[in-house]
Amino acid sequence: MGFEPVIGLEVHAQLLTASKLFCGCPAKFGGEPNTQVCPVCLGMPGTLPVLNAKAVDYAVKMALAVGCKVNEKSVFARKNYFYPDLPKGYQISQYNEPLAVAGHLDIETTAGTKRIGITRIHMEEDAGKLLHDAAGGAGYSFVDLNRAGTPLIEIVTEPDIRSPDEAVAYLKSLREILVYLGICDGNMEEGSFRCDANVSVRPAGAEKFGTRAELKNINSFKFVKDAIAYEIERQIGVNENGGLVKQETRLFDSVKGVTVSMRSKEEAHDYRYFPEPDLPPLIVDAAHVEKLKTTLPELPQAKRERFVSNYGIPAYDAGVLTSSKDLAGYYEEAVKLGAEPKTASNWVMGTVLMLLNEKGIDVKDSPVKPPAVAKIIEMVKAGVVSSTAAKEVFAEMFSTGKAPEEIVKSKGLTQLSNETDIAAMIDAVIKANPDNLAKYKSGKDKLFGFFVGEVMKAAKGKANPAVVNRILKEKLSS
Amino acid sequence: MDLTALTLHELTDKLRKKEVSSVELTNAFLKRISQVEDKVNAYVTISPDEALKAAKDADARLADGVNLTPLTGVPVSVKDIFCTKGVRTTCSSKILENFIPPFDATAVKKLKDAGAVILGKNNMDEFAMGSSTENSAFFPTKNPWALDRVPGGSSGGSAASVAAGECAASIGTDTGGSIRQPASCCGVVGMKPTYGRVSRYGMIAFASSLDQAGPITKDVLDAALMLTAIAGRDPLDATSIDSPVPDYAAGLKGGIKGLRAGIPKEYFIEGMDFEVSSAVSKAIETLKKLGAEIVPVTLPNTEYAVSVYYLVATAEASSNLARFDGVKYGLRQDGGNLIEMYKNTRDAGFGPEVKRRIMLGTYSLSAGYYDAYYKKASQVRTLIGRDFDAAFKKCDVIVTPTAPTAAFKIGEKTQDPLTMYLSDIFTISCNLAGIPGASIPCGFTKDMLPIGLQILGKRLDETTVLKTAFAYEEAAGWSKKRAQL
Ligand SMILES: [Zn+2]
Repeated sequence: MGFEPVIGLEVHAQLLTASKLFCGCPAKFGGEPNTQVCPVCLGMPGTLPVLNAKAVDYAVKMALAVGCKVNEKSVFARKNYFYPDLPKGYQISQYNEPLAVAGHLDIETTAGTKRIGITRIHMEEDAGKLLHDAAGGAGYSFVDLNRAGTPLIEIVTEPDIRSPDEAVAYLKSLREILVYLGICDGNMEEGSFRCDANVSVRPAGAEKFGTRAELKNINSFKFVKDAIAYEIERQIGVNENGGLVKQETRLFDSVKGVTVSMRSKEEAHDYRYFPEPDLPPLIVDAAHVEKLKTTLPELPQAKRERFVSNYGIPAYDAGVLTSSKDLAGYYEEAVKLGAEPKTASNWVMGTVLMLLNEKGIDVKDSPVKPPAVAKIIEMVKAGVVSSTAAKEVFAEMFSTGKAPEEIVKSKGLTQLSNETDIAAMIDAVIKANPDNLAKYKSGKDKLFGFFVGEVMKAAKGKANPAVVNRILKEKLSS
Repeated sequence: MDLTALTLHELTDKLRKKEVSSVELTNAFLKRISQVEDKVNAYVTISPDEALKAAKDADARLADGVNLTPLTGVPVSVKDIFCTKGVRTTCSSKILENFIPPFDATAVKKLKDAGAVILGKNNMDEFAMGSSTENSAFFPTKNPWALDRVPGGSSGGSAASVAAGECAASIGTDTGGSIRQPASCCGVVGMKPTYGRVSRYGMIAFASSLDQAGPITKDVLDAALMLTAIAGRDPLDATSIDSPVPDYAAGLKGGIKGLRAGIPKEYFIEGMDFEVSSAVSKAIETLKKLGAEIVPVTLPNTEYAVSVYYLVATAEASSNLARFDGVKYGLRQDGGNLIEMYKNTRDAGFGPEVKRRIMLGTYSLSAGYYDAYYKKASQVRTLIGRDFDAAFKKCDVIVTPTAPTAAFKIGEKTQDPLTMYLSDIFTISCNLAGIPGASIPCGFTKDMLPIGLQILGKRLDETTVLKTAFAYEEAAGWSKKRAQL
């Protein structure tokens, strides 16, 4: 009997607001422990939360980007549990009445486009961090509350995902949107994009869901894939051996590549959610939602489709170029300056990305700007420089920041395209090789290459190959 | 003349006329405290250094004559539930016995900005949970009118300090009657404003949706002056109301001719304490003589108020008090592991009543019980609010007794929490509805124990409540009586 996996994902994305969700402390990553704190995020007695309006706008943008309905009224709730990284003893989150519901995200799978339902998006604050056995305190755990109170959105899918690959495709696509919107940096290692997976299996064709396990601690796309794949196999194994899958929370061990039980359903927390009395219900009126809608940038999928239809480049190219908003913008600027779209795509995906990756530079900090890319493409097209030499020029532009014309000039890379000059060189070469001329004329076509080589040698490699070929052919056959 | 027996506004006059300086006044109150505090125990912390420094600043301000308020230079006290920067704030709990906040509560900051001199921090029921101040982890406060009796609670220290002349005025907090009931017990004026009228920032939370700060004073004008000083929208409290603060003192005069005073039948029940009911009946007669129209009203859901209150308030408290875990500040009792540390800390740090309420609240929020308890209570709370909306269509204020009895004996109810809970039977609905309410003295029992009259008003209509209280006070004169120690 075959089994079908059923997967639902919960993503926590940290919002890129300057300050925390309920106080004025900076929300940036890092910093010496407990230096980005105040009485509010330390949970001092008597302090109260005040909602960061920017965070709400960011969350609404995400909701709109994935087609959610933004609730005019949503309610913050307290999620109660004790842990040293949770200063108030409760997390302010949303529960019964989240910010947004009923959205979706389309992903590309081998079987085509698939729609993944998004159940809800809600806002909440992050907890702090524990440092165990840190320097100077073996046996002690230290609490760092810099992160406590930073704004998160939780994005929950319907159980629509059917394979580890679909899960990864969904996450990549979701992450891309968050980054496009400029509301999350998408950094998985630093924890600004985190994922929990609910995994169950059921006999193929069955309607009823199997018992699910919740997987935690999966902080890279590869781990998501590995953890889900392992868990599916594990649950199928349990079923096939006549066992019952238990409802539990499991932790992914990335070293061993396995999931291990963390706590059972019986040990699960009772979070005692209730409406947060310190915050009035959050009202996001329709007019404000409309206003935010107008600020949404073009999203990755729309951009990809437009690149294919407007610029006639292959879907593959469009995919690479739109993988970041900055790269897409870079490409598009070059094209708008007159570069032929496919040629520009080859340049950006090839030389530009290669050099950027080599140096570890972000595209927006590239020393070579799009006008220079457009210029070099134009120079190749005009025959001013050969495409081989152009690569050299580009590398030089990259390391010195000089203009392409200047490099071509100083390095003497200008291509020789003057027909009279080339014809003169060809005449000289033919004259110097009467034997080979005779052999060529008697049918040894292969000697054409020999003549090209000799002409190029005479031109020190700078002759325009197209022009050389054309004139040489004329002269040899006359 | 005994300066400490005077009202706040009388002291303001003396300061303005330069008959006395703020430093002299502060010293007079500090002396009074040293004389009577042994008997009354109204303070957890007295802060003479900070007080005298503030008094010097106030004197400079008075000398300049600029930026003066009625509070400038006047010595006051604050309930130890308000965080005071650099001065320990205990909430009368072991768990915060040595807690020194790095910030001022907004109400405290407003008092300081107005130029008031803060003499110290008043004793209270631990975390404001109680009606007698016997739940203080440190010591009970005594009623200045009868030292073997409770001052009421939870703001018992504040009310007793005002009644004993240990300050000119005080601020307390009221979650289910904690300003009005002790004011009633101590023969002083106490006012719980509309929920959100005074910022809760820096006020240690008991039940966030019910807690409200307000003045406890010797007379109604003082209450109006104090309320004007502390009220207003606070960007640090999202539940504070964004509505202009009227000059409450200016609104007191003019009488109450034509005012409709509602009398809810549910508050005048069989078997009520006779002395209380007759004092309140006489007060109603006085209001009538002053030109008020007496209107019978009904608040049908009153019988559920105590139950609703003890579900909602304890639920919120169970969550609010979770932060006292030994990790960051306050008491820590180590243990073999994290859970043991939590248990040891909270076991040693909280008193029995606090533990009882945390357990009640945790229970009512638990999976499987939430709908039957917390949720149902929230629904009934809405109905209680609607009762008031309906009643206020027929009247401008509602008049009731503040408490079912005068101050009871120390120890009388400590073994019976349920009886203790009934001390707040007349005050709780006001918090559930979020409306303003005041208690003013309306007579004495034959044993010379004060009796309080409660006046409830429409949301944000503190002015009418205070105006009614002022008219009654002028006619009845009870507020002029002082406890003899
Ligand atoms: Zn902070």
